[in-house]
Amino acid sequence: MSEARSILNGATFEGAIKITETGLRGMITLRGDLSGSALQKAVKSATGAALPEVRKITFGKAGNVAWMSPDELLLIVDYATVDTVVKSLGKALKGEHHMAVNVSDARAVFQLTGKGAREVLAKGAPVDLSPAAFGTGDLRRTRIGQLAAAFWMLKDGTIEVVCFRSVGEFLFDWLSNAAEQDSLPGYF
Amino acid sequence: MSARLANGGALIDRDTAVAFTFNGQNLTAHDGDTLASALLANGQMLVGRSFKYHRPRGIMASGVEEPNALVNMNEGAHFEPNQRSTTTEVFADLTARSQNHWPSLNFDIGAVNNRLPRLFPAGFYYKTFMKPRWAWKHLFEPLIRQSAGLGAVPKVANADHYEYFYAYVDVLIIGGGMAGIAAAVEAGKSGAKVLLMEQTPHLGGRILVDEVEVENQSAVDWIAAQTALLEGMDNVTIRTRMTGSGVFDHGYAMGYERLNDHQPDTPGPRHRLWRIRAKRIVTATGALERPLAFAGNDIPGVMLASAVRDYALLYGVSAGDRTVIVTNNDDAYRTAITLKEAGLKVPVILDARPSADGILPTQARALGIRVETGKGIARVKGYKSVSGVEICDQAGKGAVLETIPCDAVAMSGGWSPVVHLWSHCGGKLNWDEDNAMFTPDPARPPLGDDGAGFVLTAGTASGALHATAALQNAVETGRQATLEAGFKPITGDMPLTTAPTENPMLPVWSMPIAAPYKLRAKSWLDFQNDVKVSDVRLAAQEGFESVEHTKRYTTLGMATDQGKLSNINGLAILADALSAPIPQVGTTTFRPPYTPISLGAIAGEARGKLFKPTRKSPIDAWSDTNGAIWEPVADWRRPYAYIRDAETVKQAVTREILNTRSGVSMLDASTLGKILVKGPDAGKFLDLIYTNMISTLKPGKCRYGLMCNENGFLFDDGVVARISDDEFLCHTTSGGSDNVHAWMEEWLQTEWWDLKVYTTNITEQFAQIAVVGPDARKVLEKLGGMDVSSDALPFMGFAEGKLAGIQARPFRISFSGELSYEIAVPAAEGQAFWDKICAAGAEFSIMPYGTEALHVMRAEKGFIMIGDETDGTVIPQDLKLGWAVSKKKVDFIGKRAQERPFLQDNNRKQLVGLLTENPADVLPDGAHAVSGGKNHYGQENMIGHVTSSYFSPTLDHSIAMALIKGGGSRMGEVLTFPLERGKVIRARVVDPVFYDKEGARQNV
Repeated sequence: MSEARSILNGATFEGAIKITETGLRGMITLRGDLSGSALQKAVKSATGAALPEVRKITFGKAGNVAWMSPDELLLIVDYATVDTVVKSLGKALKGEHHMAVNVSDARAVFQLTGKGAREVLAKGAPVDLSPAAFGTGDLRRTRIGQLAAAFWMLKDGTIEVVCFRSVGEFLFDWLSNAAEQDSLPGYF
Repeated sequence: MSARLANGGALIDRDTAVAFTFNGQNLTAHDGDTLASALLANGQMLVGRSFKYHRPRGIMASGVEEPNALVNMNEGAHFEPNQRSTTTEVFADLTARSQNHWPSLNFDIGAVNNRLPRLFPAGFYYKTFMKPRWAWKHLFEPLIRQSAGLGAVPKVANADHYEYFYAYVDVLIIGGGMAGIAAAVEAGKSGAKVLLMEQTPHLGGRILVDEVEVENQSAVDWIAAQTALLEGMDNVTIRTRMTGSGVFDHGYAMGYERLNDHQPDTPGPRHRLWRIRAKRIVTATGALERPLAFAGNDIPGVMLASAVRDYALLYGVSAGDRTVIVTNNDDAYRTAITLKEAGLKVPVILDARPSADGILPTQARALGIRVETGKGIARVKGYKSVSGVEICDQAGKGAVLETIPCDAVAMSGGWSPVVHLWSHCGGKLNWDEDNAMFTPDPARPPLGDDGAGFVLTAGTASGALHATAALQNAVETGRQATLEAGFKPITGDMPLTTAPTENPMLPVWSMPIAAPYKLRAKSWLDFQNDVKVSDVRLAAQEGFESVEHTKRYTTLGMATDQGKLSNINGLAILADALSAPIPQVGTTTFRPPYTPISLGAIAGEARGKLFKPTRKSPIDAWSDTNGAIWEPVADWRRPYAYIRDAETVKQAVTREILNTRSGVSMLDASTLGKILVKGPDAGKFLDLIYTNMISTLKPGKCRYGLMCNENGFLFDDGVVARISDDEFLCHTTSGGSDNVHAWMEEWLQTEWWDLKVYTTNITEQFAQIAVVGPDARKVLEKLGGMDVSSDALPFMGFAEGKLAGIQARPFRISFSGELSYEIAVPAAEGQAFWDKICAAGAEFSIMPYGTEALHVMRAEKGFIMIGDETDGTVIPQDLKLGWAVSKKKVDFIGKRAQERPFLQDNNRKQLVGLLTENPADVLPDGAHAVSGGKNHYGQENMIGHVTSSYFSPTLDHSIAMALIKGGGSRMGEVLTFPLERGKVIRARVVDPVFYDKEGARQNV
């Protein structure tokens, strides 16, 4: 029985939108030549998802794949399977210069649900979050207020946000404050 | 006296009554009133005292340009000083107090300054009170601070909420008057994403008062129709009560939205600061009327002509019963006509121009109003209110021709387009000789990243003062902005306006033109900062030829209104005094924000617990409930010590140290930086990054390494562990992990991109717990799961396995000199692992220790601490760490620099240990050692300073480390450290390793 605990143990806040700490997610930083077929195949077989375009996330049966930089992906898989996936990536990419490392515990993940999710984030992220500019599958690595963060849209009205574990509690407080009842600008 | 008129007031609802107080007086207003219109309606002409002379001041304007009528607003946790009553909407139970007077508004002792104006000339801060020097701090400054200044300082923390909002648009339009509306319609029709912001609660701007017909509709009907049109467009957003505060590089603009100032009990944020990125910015910011500079132009009852008209038409309020109009243009005649039609008396219009035969003057004369051309005001009579004006020839020296009783004066010196936002980011201006005003030069706009202009001006802000020209300009600008933003403008017929034509104005900077000193010294330019015509002339006479210098010397335009009324008049006076043309003197720099914004809006949500992120380790909550007192370490908080029962901090630290040295303790070391470096060239890369050899390290082993910058100076240190042939884990200082990671990436991405190396910062993936002390192995054995014997896991080795069922990687490294295991486990299981150590260690009396115990123990061992022993100017060799600087390696970062003669000098400050003569004396951190004698500044000759200093419970003796000139050759010398109040501590230079010099304790 694992004694692993996520930073806020699934805490929630309900205001203008709902904020949920999602619990532990399997996360793997994968660095390598993103244009290489070996890497693309390894990613596909690990997650079922195709390689994402710049600033996109792709969804697969066994996991999601987020673009992080020109030579870095974030694979999001089931927490219980992460070590297995890291090993299988290592095997698939044997001989290729790459790095696959488990970073699951270094993160906190929040799900924002509700029509106002875009506006809550737009209070802190210098990102065009209008429906025309940011839709399902879009991703940004940016900041929220004073914190480094990344977020992506799962579907309209559902956004996931990831930050470092050490500031997970701060981000939860930040998001809850930004999601106070009657505080949304009503711009989007 | 000012009063509410029987009729009129387009913005107020006469069926409502809103109770408010001013200086404790209960007054009543209507919905739609501003605080200023409500005060005038209640006959309150006197609203404040001036900054320097404490002269009585009244409301002068009707908008953002108001210099005088600032108030202390609200109370307690909602108190805010310097609120402009002209832009403050009244609400039920509003409380306002006038500012800068003592003891009362009506009787102000400070007004004695008014009788002694020669004591407060331009630059009085610099001239007066220069000697004796002590008197400035202890006498003059407190006196001036009491006497000068505006609002009161809030005494309790503000209770309101504030926030930011980021928006991205194609065309941002600032200003919701006729021009802004027309430009928004043009941009909106094309499909561009448009944000139109208006600082007041209402769209319409000046056409709400100036009779203009647009497209054969009344102004009101046209505004309603266009607003409906815009509101029907999904791509257009209109926000009122939102000021375009600033324009910055590359189409970045700041909007200041006031959501709840007028409805303070409503939930939600009070202010919202919008940070907007726009492809094009259209400033449709209109124009501001200029005052005229005549003696007594600051007496309550002297107002801008446009403001007098606004109060009558928008709020149904009269400034007085008998209003004299003084002007240099046709527009002010509208005020005369408005007042006359409202049944008020206009005894005379004084027009400085030789003739006035335009449509509006003719209309005024037809209403029976006396018009005097070539005339001006020599002096306004009155002190706390206007009792009359003395008329003179504009061309003369102020000889009084006639005195006319009146209780209000409406003045107009012409109009200045609001060019602030155009200028914020570098837009240039032209001087328009005919209208005596600066206008934006469309050929020299602020430039964006593509080299093209990104700000356009529309309407009056472009310098098109007449409605017909303004509307045409706005439509053209709207279409141009649309095109430049990448959309296809929908062209159509130019909308038509009907408004009377106006004859040219006459520039009038001083009234009368040859006013003598006596009049100039009472002719105000800057009403808020109390700067007069005489002050600007004096500055010019004293050699302040640059307008920027004159501004700072006289404080012209430096108040909260930033010279909205005073700038042009002031620089015209300066130009005249310098006999230079106005455009050559130029304007001062326009800087954001356009109007003051609240500090709360700037802070946004970053207050209280959201003020600054604090990084917390996986063990943070446990430490917090187990006696930890915290200290910040970079962005982390770490336990300084764990206090038990009634212990003092010092007792706790002593207990933690002695327990570690004699038994076993545990430390939350999770904050230690951890960077994974992998690739076929990883060893080669780390040999360049570290000063010592890393590539020779065997898998499973650890090595202490140093990092220097290009200048050879030490900036981070830590233990490197070789995980496998091509994979290293680099530990950094707690504060250094982000910087070191960025440092590595920078070298890899910009210089050594040929190296096959990847890095990832995995600091937070692990909780790292140190189990330290002679009994440490016993605790690990009890946890079970791994062979932790010295054979299986020797000093400076590491292993992987499971401890107490948790995946773990214990490192045999020691920062205390004791037998020590630092065990990395997944962060999510960090607390569980900590708990297991506590349980397994109970029989050995294990206890946690904090950073202070850590510091003392590392100092006992002579281990350096980055940031204590280093300060960015220290090389490893200074710290006796030359052994960790490779002589064999061809290159590493800092190698070349360390070969420079200055860094090879044997007399550099070098690390020494210090033992005080009295073992109980602890040297203060930073204490300086002196060598006797004085330098040529008369200071004691200093030879170095203390870098770390503690009382060591292990040795029962004070210990310290210091950087001392030529320290390596001073062994045994006794150094002198003079402290405050004559105290001197003497200490002997010793080896910095105080405890277990052989390192036997850690290597067992």
